[in-house]
Amino acid sequence: MFALINLSYLAAAVCFILGIKGMTRPKTAVRGNQIAAIGMLIAVVSALLHQGIINYAAILAGMILGGGIGVWLARRTATTEMPELVASLNGIGGGASVAVAASTWMQSIAVSGAGGNGWTAAILASIIIGSVTLTGSVVAVLKLKGNLGDSRYNRLWHSVTLITLVAALVGAVLFTAEASTSPLALAALIGLCLLLGVGLVQPIGGADMPVVVALLNAYSGLAGAATGFVLGNQGLIITGSLVGASGLILTAIMCKAMNRSLPNVLFGGVFGASGSSASKQDEGEFYDGKVKYATPDDLALLLDGARNVVMVPGYGLAVAQAQHAVKELANQLEGRGAKVSYAIHPVAGRMPGHMNVLLAEAEIPYDQLKDMDAINPELPQADVAIVLGANDVVNPAAAEDPNSPIFGMPILDVHKAKTVIVVKRSLSAGFAGIPNGLFIRDNSLMVKGDAKEVLQATTAAIKDL
Amino acid sequence: MELFVLSFTIFILALFVGIELINKVPPTLHTPLMSGTNAISGIVIVGAIISAGSSDISPNVAGVLGFIAVTLASINIVAGFMVTDRMLNMFKRKG
Repeated sequence: MFALINLSYLAAAVCFILGIKGMTRPKTAVRGNQIAAIGMLIAVVSALLHQGIINYAAILAGMILGGGIGVWLARRTATTEMPELVASLNGIGGGASVAVAASTWMQSIAVSGAGGNGWTAAILASIIIGSVTLTGSVVAVLKLKGNLGDSRYNRLWHSVTLITLVAALVGAVLFTAEASTSPLALAALIGLCLLLGVGLVQPIGGADMPVVVALLNAYSGLAGAATGFVLGNQGLIITGSLVGASGLILTAIMCKAMNRSLPNVLFGGVFGASGSSASKQDEGEFYDGKVKYATPDDLALLLDGARNVVMVPGYGLAVAQAQHAVKELANQLEGRGAKVSYAIHPVAGRMPGHMNVLLAEAEIPYDQLKDMDAINPELPQADVAIVLGANDVVNPAAAEDPNSPIFGMPILDVHKAKTVIVVKRSLSAGFAGIPNGLFIRDNSLMVKGDAKEVLQATTAAIKDL
Repeated sequence: MELFVLSFTIFILALFVGIELINKVPPTLHTPLMSGTNAISGIVIVGAIISAGSSDISPNVAGVLGFIAVTLASINIVAGFMVTDRMLNMFKRKG
């Protein structure tokens, strides 16, 4: 029976691998997700057959409660809120790992005293990574929701982080060496790690949340893998490291797209608080009288003659929930024979792939969504590029001004299009805290306003032409 | 110790499999990939079930922690798979 149960965990892990393999193409992705879900069912049924289980009531109650909350979350979350949901699920996964590790430790202590050093180390790894993921994700969700602004006490947070990190590591080593059996010591260690999670994420700016969410995704997987070491369950180890690898790769992609290293994102750097306050002062001067404003009616006239239109969505599109309005305008333009494509920067939005999901919700075919490397050579041929609530990812300073703090960051070359329309609520700086030279270029026009309202007004104006 | 070495080998090999696989996922599907891996990381429910189920009816701290773990892992599994399915169906509709 034991061998059978372990083999079914292996079967589950194989299902997960096949499931992720399915995710490599949009056409096979739904099937892939279903295969992964079947794998999970196999794993749950096998776990229930475990001979040590005598109390099914608690398990059933937990599953019904958790399942209910899960259905509610999945149904009510709008596509614009996906970053918050994923961040929450990261935290919940971390929390589950902590709870499993702590519970396993207590049961084992009660039966046979402290286990070997390796086993204790695995327990602690699971608890440390899991707790950091839990509170780190809570802070990330609050920042994504805008309930928690960027901290002005970054230095203080960095010292808190350093102190808790050292204390947690020393505590963990002592705990292992002394083979401690005190639940209080374990609880203190958990508390310390929970604080560490807050300290690690709190100083990081809202703009860097895509990296943080991806990294916490990796942590939640690694916490799961550590739990696998605790339980001696290879299926769990395989699955945990799959999730960990996924999060690490996404983190690397996000960092590369911002031309920054991971330590720079985590511990501050060019985008630190001092830099942004200095540049804000000369912003008025920078834009003074040089920005040309246009109305949705002007935009409609311009688009009437355009053959090749590129939409450039950013976080502003998500805030305005303008994905359906984009599609309506695109339908009008395509009806008039224009070619419409969408340029997606890897860090547009608040998480990897955020824009793609929004546009997919509006039933925009995914083959019209172009990533940065594919669209940049085509942008010089574009008649009109419409920037919808994006800022830093289209700042030409990144390509042209070696003194700019974002110099070297890969951008979408929208300034090379024949005409650039920037739809934005205000001239305020993006997350990098620097003014954008794109807005004062000869070939650019600014339409002030909410992306959704501007797009709807433009669509109406085109219909009237 | 032997078990640890074996487990560690599996851990490292699985990391490589994961890196190879996930590098092939197109940026368009990165959000569903993240929510999908959220669901998969709910696999800790295996440990949670054993924790919650092995203490008898009289409730103790370990049992309560196990119950919390089952609940949390179930949220991840159900919400993760459902929301991933919802998103992927949006991509499937056209193209």
